[in-house]
Amino acid sequence: MTGFHYTKRKVFNYAAQTASLLCAVCGIAFLFWILKDVAVLGAGGLDFSFFTELPAPPGEAGGGMANAITGTLLITVIATAIGVPSGILAGTYLSEYGRGGRVAATVRFIADILVAAPSIVIGIFVYAIIVRPAGGFSTIAGAMALAIIMLPVVIRTAEEMLKLVPDATREAALALGAPHWKVTVLVVYRGALRGITTGVMLAVARVSGETAPLLFTSFNNAYWNWKLNEPTATLTVTIFNYAMGPYEEWHAKAWAAALLITAGVLFVTLAARLVVRGRSGS
Amino acid sequence: MTAKITIKGLNFYYGPKQALRNINVRIGEREITALIGPSGCGKTTFLRCLNRMHDLYPGNRYEGEIILDDRNILEPGLDLIRLRSKVGIVFQKPTPFPMSISDNIAFGLKLGGMRNRRELASRVEAALRVSALWDETKDRLHDSALSLSGGQQQRLCIARAIAVEPEVILMDEPCSALDPVATAKIEDLMSDLKKNYTVVIVTHNMQQAARVSDHTGFFMMGEVMEFDRTQKIFTAPSNKLTEDYITGRFG
Repeated sequence: MTGFHYTKRKVFNYAAQTASLLCAVCGIAFLFWILKDVAVLGAGGLDFSFFTELPAPPGEAGGGMANAITGTLLITVIATAIGVPSGILAGTYLSEYGRGGRVAATVRFIADILVAAPSIVIGIFVYAIIVRPAGGFSTIAGAMALAIIMLPVVIRTAEEMLKLVPDATREAALALGAPHWKVTVLVVYRGALRGITTGVMLAVARVSGETAPLLFTSFNNAYWNWKLNEPTATLTVTIFNYAMGPYEEWHAKAWAAALLITAGVLFVTLAARLVVRGRSGS
Repeated sequence: MTAKITIKGLNFYYGPKQALRNINVRIGEREITALIGPSGCGKTTFLRCLNRMHDLYPGNRYEGEIILDDRNILEPGLDLIRLRSKVGIVFQKPTPFPMSISDNIAFGLKLGGMRNRRELASRVEAALRVSALWDETKDRLHDSALSLSGGQQQRLCIARAIAVEPEVILMDEPCSALDPVATAKIEDLMSDLKKNYTVVIVTHNMQQAARVSDHTGFFMMGEVMEFDRTQKIFTAPSNKLTEDYITGRFG
């Protein structure tokens, strides 16, 4: 080996290391910039009334987003209640029952396409099949749209996590005389629990920040709404409306709402991380 | 010897591929039978026939008879759950369930309908004592089984298999993932198990087969080349292939 080749390898190594470090710093810098702006501009608007009052009439000071906060929570909870159980069961089918079969391959393929589908397309779809026939925007339509967005993510995560449970473990349980369903419920689910929980939390975090599909489904509401068949305010759609509006107070409120939703998503993501950490520790 | 299992003319197919050819073997009751042979020769396939693990995957087919006590376990309509509680299996790699040590052992008992806590606890203790794991785990029965070392996990799996009081225990290279110390513990355990159970073990370790077993079967290319008392196989094999294999000339 000549000295020249040795030097060349060292230089390339150094250059590649520097380039990847710079790119990483760039990416992280933008992220922190966004977080900083949201925090600085949003913190001012987060007063007590923000959490307790309804929106003020346009142009007037004061008011809050209490109805949008509860709306986002309500829609996310319903979407989770629809999307998570069906997603986990579908993932269970793919991993435990249909493995290697044609039905499973088709479902997996469609789930992969759905993961990549733009969320606004899902919004329009739900508009066509629920909002139009029902004659109006509604909480349930918004929840359905979010559930459809969650579904493929949950299906694929559940499948992958269940597949991580070794086949030998399934055989061992079957060899003790357990029927297939008990093996799945008592052994395989337990082994995949943490992974699936993480996937579910990330899916929840993702849909709770969606705006486009809600514009076509749950729309907006200036007042409280707990009814499933009425339009409902959400933080994201309210941010969209307020940010486009002409009033300074609206802009401040939109920043505050942006901070709140960012903090919420961050919280759920961090919680998911902690669950994963617990996994590697055991 | 009294035969616990008598295998007559067994053929086994993975789909179109024949993996076992005309196997005729008698497994002695309360004995250790070792199965040796080069990789891919059908030892594990044969072992897994004995509690019909192959039925878990489609396309597998048996021919011939495997008579356990008085019953052909290959006959259609056989209750597989009952068969498997009679014929337990321990795999090559430890397969602890993701639950506590005591729940692992209670798993099979609960499946069998045992609900009484005190009874479960005493059976768990008994199984752990037999597998010589009690002293190491008595203070942490409720810890995750995944926190045990590899050798302990394998002894846990043996305890789990014997907790349901089977009559036959199949072991598929139970020591191949373990260090010599853990291996020695499991070999001691096997000699103890022999008092109450019929044990069939697949092993790649000639010394292990010679040390622990009463009868040895030498498999090659899906056939049993020789089956005899272990002492005879290792000192005066009648088949040239057996001799070549155990002396390390091939395989």
